Order: sequence, then structure tokens, then C-alpha cells
Amino acid sequence: MADEINVTQGAPEAVTVSRPDRPLVGRRAVEAVVMILLLGFAVVLGMDNIRTGIGWQSDGPEAGYFPFYLSVLLGLAAIYGLVDVALRREGRGEAFVTREQFVRVLLVFVPAALFVLATQFLGIYIGSFFLIAGFMYFIGRIALWKSLVTALIFVAVTFFTFEVSFNVIMPKGPIERALGF
Amino acid sequence: MEAFELLMQGFGVLLTPDKIGLMMLGLVLGVFVGVLPGLGGPNGVAILLPLTFTMDPTSAIVMLSCIYWGALFGGAITSILFNIPGEAWSVATTFDGYPMAQKGQAAEALTAAFTSSFIGSLVAVMLITFLAPSIATFALKFGPPEFFAVYFLTFCSFVGLGREARHKIVISLTLGFLLAAIGMDTVSGTLRMTFGSIELLRGINFLVAVIGLFGVSEILLTMEERLALRGHVAKIRPSTVLKVWRDLPRYWVTLLRSSAIGCWLGVTPGGAIAASFMGYNLAKRFARDPDSFGKGRIEGVFAPETAAHAAGTAALLPMLALGIPGSGTAAILLGGLMVWGLNPGPMLFVEQKDFVWGLIASMYLGNIIGLFLVIATVPLFAAVLRVPFAAIAPMILVSCAIGAFAIQNAMFDVWMMLGFGVVGYVFKKMEIPLAPLTLALVLGSRAEDAFRLTMIGSGGNFGVFYSNGLVGTIMTLALIMLFWPLISSLVERFRQGRRDSTVAAE
Repeated sequence: MADEINVTQGAPEAVTVSRPDRPLVGRRAVEAVVMILLLGFAVVLGMDNIRTGIGWQSDGPEAGYFPFYLSVLLGLAAIYGLVDVALRREGRGEAFVTREQFVRVLLVFVPAALFVLATQFLGIYIGSFFLIAGFMYFIGRIALWKSLVTALIFVAVTFFTFEVSFNVIMPKGPIERALGF
Repeated sequence: MEAFELLMQGFGVLLTPDKIGLMMLGLVLGVFVGVLPGLGGPNGVAILLPLTFTMDPTSAIVMLSCIYWGALFGGAITSILFNIPGEAWSVATTFDGYPMAQKGQAAEALTAAFTSSFIGSLVAVMLITFLAPSIATFALKFGPPEFFAVYFLTFCSFVGLGREARHKIVISLTLGFLLAAIGMDTVSGTLRMTFGSIELLRGINFLVAVIGLFGVSEILLTMEERLALRGHVAKIRPSTVLKVWRDLPRYWVTLLRSSAIGCWLGVTPGGAIAASFMGYNLAKRFARDPDSFGKGRIEGVFAPETAAHAAGTAALLPMLALGIPGSGTAAILLGGLMVWGLNPGPMLFVEQKDFVWGLIASMYLGNIIGLFLVIATVPLFAAVLRVPFAAIAPMILVSCAIGAFAIQNAMFDVWMMLGFGVVGYVFKKMEIPLAPLTLALVLGSRAEDAFRLTMIGSGGNFGVFYSNGLVGTIMTLALIMLFWPLISSLVERFRQGRRDSTVAAE
């Protein structure tokens, strides 16, 4: 009655690196770095709020009052986190991300960043066409014609949904301008 | 029965062909995002929000809430067919749902899940219908100190009841508050924490952050994990549905118990996950043969699904009546309301009657239509999972970018979304919860305004928070919540001690 199906979600097999998978960075190291960054963030924001004023005026607390004490709290929590990472016994040597995993994350993050860059200069429709077609063809190893057709249909549908029927303005580039939009 | 009359008016607003059409569209989109790995309630609502920008507020919120119901229904499909919970609160559904699918009873399990979601939501919606107006009327008497106390209670219960490490919850909360405070200060007009940047003048938009934190980060995580889905195909026949429904009355105790748990926990922030587990565990404890749980027992699907959905729906009660969302998704819906210039809270019931009752009526209709829609279209949605991720991932990214841009027409926001994506990825891996951050981001400025108005009113005297019975009670409750872990361990120790002494006396 229930037939089985198998589907692999996430990165396709083709991008698997065949070398043995080694941890790229440990969990504790990442936690420590994040806590230090948060502490730094808290200090920077706290200083800025002191500059704005954390005292009292005739009409109540100054603008920096509320955020200042929040940044103090954030800083304290980050220090606690640092101590916690340093003292904790469990999870030593545990990987935060392995090399292979990180490569896969970059395989989607780098195209995403390039897409945002392309959107800024060429508009979102051209950018998304290249992102979808490129991602499907190069990373998904899907046939070129399928990738191009899918991307084209998706772009056409979004264009008509937003630009034509809902009137939501999207970033556009030289090509749309040449077409008179 | 004023509520009933108003509700009927609400139905009147909704029963037009275009509203029903929007509801169906929202439900289908919702199930779609619920089924896709890595998406889910909060992401779906956040990404699809821009679609509604040009609608009138009632149509928009009706569609958004239907997306929410759809996503709730959709989560059950992946839990049962693929053993992959779409949302954290669907985890308990996999315990018995997946074994049922393995035994060839996928259709029964799915019908049970959808039906119990429907029942859970229905009970919670009825609660909202009859309780929300009175809570709102009561809350009209609230002044700034009371409101601040309620906000404080919300944040304290996050810290006290959260499952994650306390300092990580505090980090998430304070970070959300600080990000919300960036930009122009609403009271004095001073610039705060902008560091001379023009782009930061606008402040950090809540929805941009949410799309990055949930949507983009989830794509990164899915890509990293590479889930291999081994699933089952199911087609639901009308005879199966009727069979499950015929047996339904036998489980009325389970359904009622789970609904009650869900309603209770749903009102407290972050309660849906706890509710689903508690519903499951209690059903197991009260069963005559607890060992048969986990091996594909239909009650094991009924119990957590009813509780989770009652909680998911009850989370909208404090959002509507007090302007305080009970869950991450409710927070995003609240953000949506503010986009249309609506101010959620007690005044909404006075100023925007049509809107509120239209929304409540849409909760009833959306659930009824959703139940049948989802039963009819299960095979279709299971097929969605066969579409290669390499095609879906870039499309989701594009949708995220469209959403982030459309909110303020700013390219800077798209970059910020990408940045929040990285933050969300790291936070999720570090087990820093994102829900408190979301909540603080959306409530931050309101909480601060309430605090400052209170301080101005009292001339800086903190005693104002204990100046009358109401505010004092809420504040005390908040402190109890904050120190709940400490209190509960003390109580436990005390009980332990008493038990030891009685044993010794015998």
C-alpha cells in the first residue's frame, strides 16, 4: 500500500568530496570566538550609548539609558559564556563543522552573495535567472536545458506576480530599462 | 453573546469569492513551505509577506494566517512520511506517526494528524473568540507600568522556561533588544548606535532580520546536513478518512486533555514544543498499555498534534489581546500587522472591529477548508519532496531577497539579510535560540517606550512597579518565571527531603 521512495535533500551527491572528512574547526573554538565577538559588540554599543547619554534628564531617562543596560547584560552573558566554554568538560574535540560540510555551505553561500551583488547592478530578475540556472546546472548537475527552462519560468512568474499584478517594485537593471519597464 | 454576533459579522466579511480564493491560495502556499525541508511557519510567513503589501489589511492578514495554518498542517506530512519533523513541535508526532507509515498505515496516520490538528486549533480558536475580547477590555485599563510588566513577564518566561542554556537565551534576548534600538530614538529623536551610517538611520527592520535568521540560515544548514530522505508514499482514500473519524469519539479524553495542555502552554511564549511533548507523555502515562506507544499507535499521533496545534493557535491570543506574541510565528504576524499601521493590542478590538473579527473568523474557516484541502492533496505535496534541492534552494534564496527588498525598497536590506543568514546559521549550530531574539526585536521599542513613559510618570522611582495590586502581581509573576529553574529545583529538594523523612519515620 505504501510504496517506498528515496529522496536526497540538501547537496547532491555530485559535490561530495571523496577525501576522508576532517573537522575544520572545533565547536568550543567557535563558541569562544562568538562569545568574544558578542562581548566586543556589547562594549562598542555600550560606549556609544554612554556618548549618547545614560543619565537622567528632566523628562526621564536619556536615550542611551535603556540600551546601555542591555549592552551591559549582553556583555555579562557573553563573559559567562566564555567561562562556560573554558570550564566545560563535555564536547571537547567535537567538530563545529567538518571540511566537507563547510565546502557544501560555501557552495550555496558564495552563489547567494554573487546573486545579491548581481541584483545590485543588473536587477533582481537577471540575477535570479543566473542564480537558479547556474545553481541547478553547476551544483545540482541537472541538464542544461532543464536548468534554463526552470529559471526562465520562475523569473517570468515572479516578474508578472510582482511587477505586473501586485505592483511591488523590485530592483531593475539596464535590460529591463531597455525593455521599457 | 456579543462575541458571537461580531463573529458572524466576521464571517460575513470573509464569505466573498475573492477572500475564499485568497484563503485557499494561502493554505496551499503554507502547506508548500511547511513540507519543504528548511522552511516552516516563521520562514513561510516572512518570505510571503511582501505578496500581501498591496492588499487591504483584512485580505492580507487572512492570507497570512492561512499560510500559517497551511504550514502547521504541512509539518505533519514530513513527520509521518519521512520521519523528519518540519518544526520542532512536530518531533513528538514522528514517534508513532512514522512507525504507522512503516506498517503501511500512512493514510490513517495522516488523517489522524490532520484531524487532531483541526480539533486542537478549533478548541483554541473558541478560546480566543470568547476570551480575547474580555482580556482586551481588561487590558484597556493598563497604563505604561502594567504594559511594561507584561512585556517583562514575557521575556522572563522565555528565560525561565527555555530549554537552552540560560546565558544563551539572555544573549539572544538582549541582542534582539539592542538591534531594535538602533536608529532614531522615538522619544527624544536622538540617533543611537548608528555610527554615522545613513543606512542604519532607518533602524534594523524586523522582517529583514527574520528572513535572514530563519530563511537563509536554514538553506545553509540543509545544504550542510544533506538529509537522505527515506519515505513513504501515501494516498488518502475517503474510506480511510471515514474509518478514522468513526473511531474518533473513542479518543475524546486524549483529544480534550491535549487541547487543554496546548491552550494553557500556548499562551506562554515558546509553549508549542513543550505542549506537544507533554501531550504525548501524558497520553502514554494514562494509557492502559504504555509500551505500545512508539510502535505506531494512532493515539500517539492524536496526542502531540492536538496539543501542538492548540498551542500554535493559542499563541495568537496574547498577540491579539495584548500585542504580545506567544510564538516566533505569531511575532512575525504581529510584525505584519504593524506594516499596515495596525497597532496590535487592546485598542485593536475597539478601533478595528471588522479586522479583528474577520481574522478570528478566518481562523475557523481556514482550519475547516485546510482540513479538506490537505487531505485531498497529500500525494501532490509528498511529490514536492522529490523536486531536487538544487532547484528549490536558489528559488527560496530569490524569494528571501525579494521579501527583504520589498519591505523598505532598500538594497542595503538584502545585504543585511545575507549577514543575518550567517548569524542565524552560527547561532543555530551553537544552540542559541532565535525565538527570543525575534520577539525582542519586534517588541523592543514598545517595551522601551512603556518603560520610559513609566519612568517619566513616576519621576524615576522604581517603586511604581509595585504601586498597585495589578502591576505588582504581574511583576512578581515575572520574577517567579525568571527564577523558575531555581525555584523548581528547591521545591524538588524539599519534596525529596520530606519523602526521605516519611520513609525514615516508617
